[in-house]
Amino acid sequence: MCFTQNFWNFLVSGLADGFLYALVAIGYTLVYGVLQLINFAHSEVFMSGGFASLFILQAAIGSSQPHGIASVGFVALGVVGGGIGGALVAYLLERVAYRPLRRRNAPRLAFLISAIGASYFLYNLAGKEFGRNALEIPSPFVNGPVFTIFGATVQTYYIVIAIAAMAMLVLVDRVVAMTKLGKGIRAVAQDAETASLMGVNIDRVIAQTFVLGGLLGGAAGFLFGLNAGVVYTMGFTPALKAFTAAVLGGIGNIRGAMLGGLLLGIAENLPVGCVGTQWRDVVAFGILVVVLIFRPRGILGEQLGRAA
Amino acid sequence: MLLEIEDLEVCYGSIPALKGIDLEVDEREIVALLGANGAGKTTTLRTISGLCHPSRGFVALDGERIDHLGPHEVAGRGIGHVPEGRRIFPRMSVQENLEMGAYRRRGSLRDDFERVFGLFPVLGDRRRQVGGTLSGGEQQMLAIGRALMSGPRLLLLDEPSMGLAPLIVRDIFSIIGQIREEGTTILLVEQNATQALRLADRGYVIENGRIVMADEASRLLADERVRAAYLGEAPPGS
Repeated sequence: MCFTQNFWNFLVSGLADGFLYALVAIGYTLVYGVLQLINFAHSEVFMSGGFASLFILQAAIGSSQPHGIASVGFVALGVVGGGIGGALVAYLLERVAYRPLRRRNAPRLAFLISAIGASYFLYNLAGKEFGRNALEIPSPFVNGPVFTIFGATVQTYYIVIAIAAMAMLVLVDRVVAMTKLGKGIRAVAQDAETASLMGVNIDRVIAQTFVLGGLLGGAAGFLFGLNAGVVYTMGFTPALKAFTAAVLGGIGNIRGAMLGGLLLGIAENLPVGCVGTQWRDVVAFGILVVVLIFRPRGILGEQLGRAA
Repeated sequence: MLLEIEDLEVCYGSIPALKGIDLEVDEREIVALLGANGAGKTTTLRTISGLCHPSRGFVALDGERIDHLGPHEVAGRGIGHVPEGRRIFPRMSVQENLEMGAYRRRGSLRDDFERVFGLFPVLGDRRRQVGGTLSGGEQQMLAIGRALMSGPRLLLLDEPSMGLAPLIVRDIFSIIGQIREEGTTILLVEQNATQALRLADRGYVIENGRIVMADEASRLLADERVRAAYLGEAPPGS
């Protein structure tokens, strides 16, 4: 009973969470593809996108209440601003925390420690500069019920997330499949040394990969912050879940990250009707453990580590 | 001289793989580099391509040193490298693999695709097929085609016959000859010494990181020591 009662409500919120996980998961999976490295500082890319969009929209919207076409414009501004903020931080992370280690052929553990250090540095810096309390992003639109589906009301916020996320997911999929940048990323993921023999500048492709993942992660930080507000610790849990989503879909596989994100969002929301909200994170990380034990290559992963 | 290598020493860690090599390749030549496993053949090619860097000596293309450049920069100077084991991008289509070969170029690739599909018609038939599903011979053709897409002046071939059936080896060697006729210079590393020397103008024999013989290909083919060591014949007087 409990499962069916609010099924559609939880499906709607699950999909909305899922879209955000998908956007962040792509950042993990792209970087894993080219470097075989989990960028554990990606949570701070997400957080930076949230703050960047906060400041931009504070300046642009002020205390006005946008409607209609202006709302669309401000949402786009938030997405782009968040994306650029995320991309900038992702690029700096690559240059400061990872590239020097690559130059020295450092062991894998060094990258992990560097990532955790960079993550602590960034979110504590944000906490010091921007305060310890959650800040509200000025809303670009008036939230409210738009339509009902099987008794579940769909809010404006969910529609904004769905449209913005789908547009970005389709775009990144096409960029990776069709552009020169995408071919470079895939070639480096499949065989970096041979890619360099073809004239691919590996360092440049790696930086571009961080930027691409940072754009999506930063934009997701904005979409998340619209509802939950922006705070220096906001990245931690969503990013860990997005990492779970990337593993679930098959790390290194872009469509796997999309699929994993949506599935995880739905899977952690559906049981809420039965057992309560406090079980959400338990379910999500339970999935991570189960996937790692029984199918470490994920749903769409071919073999571990070779699936870009 | 198109390619000049002088006194080249390359180390992996503290172990020298090349201990002072001299080698030259002239415009439109086919030069064969022969030797046993671990003699330093692949290291020589990797150093030319910028994947390894010398601790002594130099590599020059057209009289200009290239040994300090990274591999993507060397590729931009007109050197195409067909690596050992073919190294096709396994999850890219044949077409995408070929496009990767032309990564640094701009403008239309139509003529280049036509040229490669002319040399290897089977690649044209399998344009949309994923590289990893090709047979070994087809992968070798794709690897050569991919290197040609950059329009190289010098083509480095690392063991193109490795693991292939004799008939396919014959095809590939005849196409290598054709590529030279069309104006590309070739440095060929091989363990299959007979085939390589029949095709080449000149040859070098490398042992333990040193060049031990350098001569016209026909003379190496007739040399008793070469025949004993690399052509599987009994040494004289045994």
